[in-house]
Amino acid sequence: MTLATGKPVLLLGAGSDIAMAIAHVLAGQGHAIQLAGRDPDRLKADAEDLKIRHQVAVSTHRFDVLEPETFVSFFDGLDEVPHAVISAVGLMGDQDASSGDVDQLKLVIDSNFTGPALALEFAAKKLSGLDADTAIVGISSVAGDRGRKKNYVYGSAKAGFTQYLSGLRQKYHGTRLHVMTVKPGFVKTAMTEGMDLPGPLTTEPAAFAKNVVAALQAKKHVYYDLRWRALMGVIKAVPEPIFARLKF
Amino acid sequence: MTSEAELSGWGRWPRYRCRVESLGVDRTGLGKAASIARGLGRSYGDSAINQQRTLTSDRLNRFISFDPDTGMLVLEAGVSIGDIIATFLPRGYFLPVTPGTKFVTVGGMIASDVHGKNHHGAGSFGDHLEWFDLLCADGNERRCSAGENSALFKATIGGMGLTGHILRAGFKLMPVETGWIEEETIPARSLEHAIELMEQNLDRTYSVAWIDCVARGDSLGRSLVYLGEHAALADLAAKQRADRYASKARRGKRVPLDFPNWALNAYSVRAFNELYYRTGLRKAGKALVGWDSYFYPLDAITEWNRIYGSRGFVQYQCALPLEQSTKGLFGLLEEITASGLGSFLAVLKRLGPQSQGGPERLLSFPLEGYTLALDFPRSDKSLALMDRLDQITLKYHGRVYLAKDSRMSQQTFEAMYGEQVDAFRRARRETGASDAFQSMQSGRLGI
Repeated sequence: MTLATGKPVLLLGAGSDIAMAIAHVLAGQGHAIQLAGRDPDRLKADAEDLKIRHQVAVSTHRFDVLEPETFVSFFDGLDEVPHAVISAVGLMGDQDASSGDVDQLKLVIDSNFTGPALALEFAAKKLSGLDADTAIVGISSVAGDRGRKKNYVYGSAKAGFTQYLSGLRQKYHGTRLHVMTVKPGFVKTAMTEGMDLPGPLTTEPAAFAKNVVAALQAKKHVYYDLRWRALMGVIKAVPEPIFARLKF
Repeated sequence: MTSEAELSGWGRWPRYRCRVESLGVDRTGLGKAASIARGLGRSYGDSAINQQRTLTSDRLNRFISFDPDTGMLVLEAGVSIGDIIATFLPRGYFLPVTPGTKFVTVGGMIASDVHGKNHHGAGSFGDHLEWFDLLCADGNERRCSAGENSALFKATIGGMGLTGHILRAGFKLMPVETGWIEEETIPARSLEHAIELMEQNLDRTYSVAWIDCVARGDSLGRSLVYLGEHAALADLAAKQRADRYASKARRGKRVPLDFPNWALNAYSVRAFNELYYRTGLRKAGKALVGWDSYFYPLDAITEWNRIYGSRGFVQYQCALPLEQSTKGLFGLLEEITASGLGSFLAVLKRLGPQSQGGPERLLSFPLEGYTLALDFPRSDKSLALMDRLDQITLKYHGRVYLAKDSRMSQQTFEAMYGEQVDAFRRARRETGASDAFQSMQSGRLGI
């Protein structure tokens, strides 16, 4: 698919490294960029950098995924309806804290599932009203493919989000709105900083972003790195009695 | 958050296991242990290495502002020259000074006070710098310029990151009409001839010579002198006009593995130098060359440092004062040819006065005269040779470039940089930098 030349793209959770890397690729193609995040002041420096490098219009907006009551006014308040909305919102959380505490659990579920799902539902409604090719991109995670001891709160929220996107895709099938799910494995970002990442399975944000945008343009339904698809295929195939004993 | 990595300079020797953090993410830890900032790791030796805390500038990579009328560019210190060129050359701007690789950060260019092929007329990078923000030992940021915190400004340019962490900088880009360079190649049959050619062409924007460091006798120092000017739009033929800023990417090659250590030996080096000189003779004259191959020929070969094998290599670069240059260069070349240790890449360059618009600096390398740079595979023999080269450099009142150094002794360093060393140490003590900013190099040289 091709988004109309120069038309704006909205990034939710724009402070994340993945969102910013995607913004650079799309700005490089001439799209205006709308950066939305909890603290828009923190996005200002990145906004200037995008403007200087790519000579496109860049705006910053306040958007908090935990305040769903503000979503309608947020989308209505944008100067121009974006032609693509990309959600990179997410929160890894602390597994031990969030599995034992209702507020912590809710925070992780709302940050990764309830909030982004609702925001993209509103966005889809808005975008499908445009007489143009438009796109919704939801960044989920391979962690949603199978629950693991290490991060099953985050994983189940992402699993929910993945399924939500799948349904949204069906709903808008046959219209000019394309819905794409992205399932990153390890990307070298602030979220994974300090983790001991396996080199062959780890991607730099810039390379990852390029692949995501290329997948969108090729109208892929799901962007899922081949190595990860293979690895998770194996992990998903492990029978439950054996999986329960595994230590990873 | 920290990670561990084995770090070396571009010469791949020496190597150290280091704790690495991103500079600019969290500044609260400044006081806890000494650290050194690291950009793209293109200094050759151990100057951007601290085993306890090496702080990388990978997250300081944003442009802050640009004024197309004046060319004034403000950016974070981790932005590289490659990024600057990719962004601004298509709009008609180029760097006022550039070293021989585009994989360097602005912070690194300030810390090493880098020079380029135009040093004789344009000075070094520090001569074009308007200001920078320095994160000092007390945890405060200071704006440093000729008028503000000027002592820190002088000490930091060429100060190898030892006065503080450079966070942001402002300098002017230079307008250019095209991305093409009119290059003229002139063969020089001897060292004296090469120097004569360089002196005759001081009015040319760019000049540099490749020097055959294997040839002996009458041919000692035979060279290919390269002169260059930015081409105007009117100078371009239709073919180049279609690509005005020479922006079509060159197809990069990559050295896929470490060459075995024996691959570079006296015979292959001799053969290469002979071939290179003969090819140059054939190509003598004028040609239009794109900026990338003109300024950054080696960047086309990713990880070219691997041709020296796992042992790594050392670049020896020294500068000699003008009146001593000829004698000194003869001395150095005779010592090198006698040793049988040749070099693929020997570069001779005329340097202008040390300060050309910028402040007087303390540890900055350039001085008016000639600089010679050569690569040697690391071995006991080559290290011993370089100790002898130090003595020749010293005898003629020259000095070695800290950005290339990985092996000099403290005694040699002090003799070469003289009282500037004391002034620099004082500046470090006064600001608490001696305890807060340290590299393997600063430890080795007692800076």
